[in-house]
Amino acid sequence: MMQEIPLTHILFVSTALFFIGMYGLFTRRNLITMLMSIELMLNSVNINFVAFNKYLFPDNLEGLFFTLFIITIAAAEAAVAIAIIINLYRSHHSIDVEDATEMKY
Amino acid sequence: MSNYLYILWIPLLPLVTFVLLGLFGRKYLSGIAGLLGTASLFTSTILSFVAAKQYFFEDGKVNGVFQKIVALKYTWLEFSPNLSIDLGIIVDPISVMMLVVVTSVSLMVHVFSLGYMKGEERFATYYAFLSLFTFSMLGLILSSNIFQVYMFWELVGVSSFLLISYYFNKPSAVAASKKAFIVTRFADLGFLIGILILGYYGGSMDIGLLIERFTSSSSTQFISITSASFLGASMLTWGLTLIFVGGAGKSAMFPLHIWLPDAMEGPTPVSALIHAATMVVAGVYLVARMFPVFSMSEAALNIVTYVGAASALFAAIIACTQTDIKRVLAYSTMSQIGYMMFALGISKNGGEGGLGYMASLFHLFTHAFFKSLLFLGAGAVIHMVHSNEMKDMGGLRKLMPVTHIAFLIACLAIAGIPPFAGFFSKEEILTAAFHENKIIYGIALFTAALTSYYMFRLYFNIFWSKETTISHHGEGPWVMKLPLIILAACAVGVGFVPFSQFVTADGKPLVTHIDWVFSIAPVVLSVLAILLAARFYKNENDKSDKVVAGFGGLYTAAYKKFYVDEVYLFITKKIIFPFIGQPIAWADKNMVDGFMQLLATITAKIALLIKGLQSGKVQNYALFFFGGVVALSILFIYIWK
Repeated sequence: MMQEIPLTHILFVSTALFFIGMYGLFTRRNLITMLMSIELMLNSVNINFVAFNKYLFPDNLEGLFFTLFIITIAAAEAAVAIAIIINLYRSHHSIDVEDATEMKY
Repeated sequence: MSNYLYILWIPLLPLVTFVLLGLFGRKYLSGIAGLLGTASLFTSTILSFVAAKQYFFEDGKVNGVFQKIVALKYTWLEFSPNLSIDLGIIVDPISVMMLVVVTSVSLMVHVFSLGYMKGEERFATYYAFLSLFTFSMLGLILSSNIFQVYMFWELVGVSSFLLISYYFNKPSAVAASKKAFIVTRFADLGFLIGILILGYYGGSMDIGLLIERFTSSSSTQFISITSASFLGASMLTWGLTLIFVGGAGKSAMFPLHIWLPDAMEGPTPVSALIHAATMVVAGVYLVARMFPVFSMSEAALNIVTYVGAASALFAAIIACTQTDIKRVLAYSTMSQIGYMMFALGISKNGGEGGLGYMASLFHLFTHAFFKSLLFLGAGAVIHMVHSNEMKDMGGLRKLMPVTHIAFLIACLAIAGIPPFAGFFSKEEILTAAFHENKIIYGIALFTAALTSYYMFRLYFNIFWSKETTISHHGEGPWVMKLPLIILAACAVGVGFVPFSQFVTADGKPLVTHIDWVFSIAPVVLSVLAILLAARFYKNENDKSDKVVAGFGGLYTAAYKKFYVDEVYLFITKKIIFPFIGQPIAWADKNMVDGFMQLLATITAKIALLIKGLQSGKVQNYALFFFGGVVALSILFIYIWK
């Protein structure tokens, strides 16, 4: 029987994933890349849900359900975000976030 | 006790008409607006007559005394178990009598307006306002709670305001409506304070309860209100006097009468309805409604008496000098309402001494018919000559035979010539005055003679005097003649109604008889006054000018309405505006507005400082958000455990 991976290992992975996502979100200027970073952050949360579910409450399934919800919503969100990006490209001929700063004071 | 709930429909039908015409009148119903208003009011009138028949002849009387019946009671605002404002319908002799008067006069005016207002652009709006007025007046009559009276009182004021300023592109009409609104509002302030005083000491707003508590001299409420005093008069006197101030404002009693002559800027049928027959007698109605309480305070009744008598005489003198026919009628209205007021003032609550109360309401009843007839007749004349001035009229008797006869009947009625309606009611008032107070009797007798004089001055100037220069014939359509004929029949007939059998202070029938010997003095005086007017004005001559020259200053003073308007202007423009208005305006501009501007300036400064945060850079926002989450996490995890 294989030795079970401890919970902390998994949490390390998800935390690393989260902060990689956040770093991407703050530093990248390309909107598609920013969207990908957000997906990374969402997935790190998904990993947390699944891991906690399995290690702490193995008899329940709430964590899994939440994960499914998040995946669904992430898909929808990606569709909306890409639609926005396409519109932005049409009006600004660029998908660089620095080029779209008209919405200010 | 039988069911009077259907009385609810009498005010509700005009309300429905008002809503319909107000919302859809100009667009969809302009063709049938007049018919719709008239038809709904006709139904109300029929219902009023049914109610009157049921009340007076079938089941109003129990053991020979007319009962106060509360047909409907609904708790509207409940402040505490003891204090609530109810809405209700009260059925008693005066409310039923007023129902009949208001609905029938209003119906006549509705019919007359079909012809008079024909072709007006805002025809439907006019009928909507008329319906609103009728609704409010009927509601006022039926109110069983003094606060409910106050609400309808204000509604009546609003609809009067709307109707006076009906010709809103005429500056004088706008000014007149504002004057009417402001003067009556000033008086209503007194009314409101009076209500609050009575309500505070009486522990209720219900008229029946208030009367019950304040008329038994052993009740705790009566003792508390009479023992509390302010500036030397008991709170009962103060409360009643303030309520009378409200009534005097609406009923145009001296010195709050200044709005009534100006209110004649409205369409003439409106003057007939509101400023002659119904709204202006609301003050009389109010005093009559609270009369058992008034009879407990001698001082308040004295105020009513003397204000009424002074107004009657004062207005009659002014009426002799005016040349605008509607203004003559307006002052005549004021004078007749003065009659009703002092008749109430000298009355006692019930028994033989209650003659004044009965006479006052009898005069209200007859006056409504002949005065609305006078106004509608004047309306027909104005419709014909397109002027309000006497000098533009004369010799109209051949052109307008129906109007002429109707107007003559109304003049005879108001002059108190038997057997016309005014004779009977005026006789009762004079008899009551003769028994109670000889000074008042003298004033009343002199006023009666003046009344005959100025009414026939008006009559001869319109219909006789010089030969007319108008050539076109035709008095107007039958819808304008029919109300004149009906009202003329009423002006002859209503005097024979055995009024004392129905409406008295205590509900018990009162035995009255016409004392022919007593009647000689007023009738002879009236006839002499008529002959004098005929001598002056029947043919064109300069006799009247000579007399005017003889009176000199007195005539000028009366012609200028005794400078009351000028006194008001002086007080407002020279005293209130500079010494009260301007300091308050300064404080408002500099202190109140200044504080608000300070707040606005501070907000703008702060906004200027921090607006850079909203840079339009999405990633900055994300960073702030993340920073916020971190800060909150630290706060909740480490600091605020």
